[in-house]
Amino acid sequence: MLNKILTLAAVTTAVTALFTGPAQAAAGDPIRVGFLTVKSGALAAGGKQMEDGLQLFLKEHNNMIAGRKVELFVADSAGQPAITKTKMQELVEKNNVQVIIGPLAAFEALAVDDYIRKAQIPVISPSAAAEDLTQRKPNPWFVRAVGTSAQPTQPFGEYAARELKYKRIAIIGDDFSFGHESVAGFQRTFEENGGKVVQKLWSPLNVADYGTYIGQINPKVDAVFISFAGGNGLKFIKQYNEYGLKGKIPLLASMTAVDEGILKSMGDEALGVISAGWYTATIDNAANKHFVQGMNREYKQDPGYYALGAYSAALILEQALKTVKGNIEDKPAFMAALRNVEVPNDPRGVFKLDALGNPIMNVYIRKVERKDGKLVNSIIKTYPDVSQFWTYNRKDFLATPVYSRDNPVAANLEK
Amino acid sequence: MSFWLIQSLNSLALGGVLFTLAAGFSLIFGLMRIANLSHGAYFMLGAYVGLSVITHGHGFFVALLAAGLAVGALGAVVERLILRRLAGNSLGQVLATLGIAFIIADFSLWVWGGDPQPVDAPAFLAGSTQLFGLVFPLYRVGVVGFAILLAISLWLLLDKTRLGMMIRASVDDMQMARGIGIAASRLFTIVFCLGTALAGIGGVIAAPILSVYPGMDSDMLPLALVVVILGGLGSLAGAFIGSFVIGFIYSFGQALFPDLAYIILFLPMVVILALRPRGLFGRIAA
Repeated sequence: MLNKILTLAAVTTAVTALFTGPAQAAAGDPIRVGFLTVKSGALAAGGKQMEDGLQLFLKEHNNMIAGRKVELFVADSAGQPAITKTKMQELVEKNNVQVIIGPLAAFEALAVDDYIRKAQIPVISPSAAAEDLTQRKPNPWFVRAVGTSAQPTQPFGEYAARELKYKRIAIIGDDFSFGHESVAGFQRTFEENGGKVVQKLWSPLNVADYGTYIGQINPKVDAVFISFAGGNGLKFIKQYNEYGLKGKIPLLASMTAVDEGILKSMGDEALGVISAGWYTATIDNAANKHFVQGMNREYKQDPGYYALGAYSAALILEQALKTVKGNIEDKPAFMAALRNVEVPNDPRGVFKLDALGNPIMNVYIRKVERKDGKLVNSIIKTYPDVSQFWTYNRKDFLATPVYSRDNPVAANLEK
Repeated sequence: MSFWLIQSLNSLALGGVLFTLAAGFSLIFGLMRIANLSHGAYFMLGAYVGLSVITHGHGFFVALLAAGLAVGALGAVVERLILRRLAGNSLGQVLATLGIAFIIADFSLWVWGGDPQPVDAPAFLAGSTQLFGLVFPLYRVGVVGFAILLAISLWLLLDKTRLGMMIRASVDDMQMARGIGIAASRLFTIVFCLGTALAGIGGVIAAPILSVYPGMDSDMLPLALVVVILGGLGSLAGAFIGSFVIGFIYSFGQALFPDLAYIILFLPMVVILALRPRGLFGRIAA
């Protein structure tokens, strides 16, 4: 009897090991890529644009990267951290993916941070911008195709003070980490260059109506800086116009508030809004023209934040795979290649990652204009090779607490 | 001074939007005792139907009508096929209506996509007006007017018509109403249809202010719940007063105590429930 049990146990163990053991794919097998996006719920629009960007890349490459076929596993996180974690586990443990592109939101990335370390799965983030992911709490398995929340707003604050000569600014932002961090970066450099943030308002992410906030704006400011994600920019800018403030007080915006993804739904009320970001569909280089044409051909729209992020994540993957000659099975070599990647043909131009896995790239000051009948973000100034630490010393930067709702302190608020 | 004025106007406009949403919810709950958790979804669906009608070149009022009819018809079907099987099973009703809300949300995402879409106000309410020296969007004034008009029509319907009498009789004492020959089951369908139609119309009314986007259902449903709980479940007058009270609390709460906006919003509800469980205007359940 005991013998039987032991034999059964041994057989079971052997069989289990056979089926669940680390998938040591041979070089001829496809590369298994997991893609974690959002296809349902409130963030689905961005998730769809991400998927469009990635699919365009695969189509252009006939599903081949670095000489090997790609097998893509798409998972829908619904934009909910708990589901994100389940789906990521499923991708790694059931689909045996070798690298993951995703997730979309910062709180999703934070939710899977521990799991990524434990599973030792290389992750290329196409969107999640939370500062500390590549700053005070860097994850060795995590690199970013896009920048941090404050990477474009730090130069923007300086621009607003030095070039636009604004002295007094009111700020309204989404009351969650992306809003806090992007606003903090802007405020820091704006005030260091002699400006004053005289009003700071935070609106809940799912605010029903901005009338309440617009009614509060101090009329004695030179400009209003807004930082909104998702569809909030659309809602705010429309109401700003309805309350008669357009043309009276200029609007400055975070990259996402006038992203191409929602710009197409906006009208003349968005004209003249100045924003800062690492991408715009109007960047004038061959790689971007190719990308924009592709997106317009396949999906009838200009790419923005999300589409670029996923497309660029795929470019990073391609470049790293080229370095290891397609041998993704050599995980240490692949990870090293990923962290030292330099992408020559990104739509943003050449860029590379810093030591913490975050891109050093151009930041563009953009202005909404109408060209050939549609709204575009035209470039009015370029800040070349901007790091997530802006012009600050990396060590000093990391020694200060992460940007937040109240850090840096707004000392110039007026009641 | 201008701060108080503009926030008061904002409060009135938000109250107007809330009333179109809460009236239907209150009506359905009053008669059928169904806490209809899909009410926000009907609201969003109405907004999307209105958006489609407007983008196809029809006017705002056609959109209102179409949204009311389409969403009302859907409500009637849902009541006939699903909810009547769950009469008296409040847990089942909650789960079923929640499920329907998810289905409508995913259906809308599938049909209309995830991009937020703006809706223009009708031409005669476009632009802004000078009120007491302040710029104020004309459309919001129109919304307040619409809410008052709606309240009066509903009051006339409930107080002055035979249908209204039957509804009131059934709300007061269902068994007695059945006893004197009121066809309660048909009445249920009519009221649920009317309630969802109001939600659909509310969606179109709200669209030029809120724009139409996935998630507007779950953003607005809690506000409707607070309104009817505060005003008293099943009381139309309560829903009307509650809408404007919440409109004021929401706008001023966000402006004066921005960090506590939700506490300010929900605390009065909790206090009122603790002191007066049936709400400000609620009747004692029979």
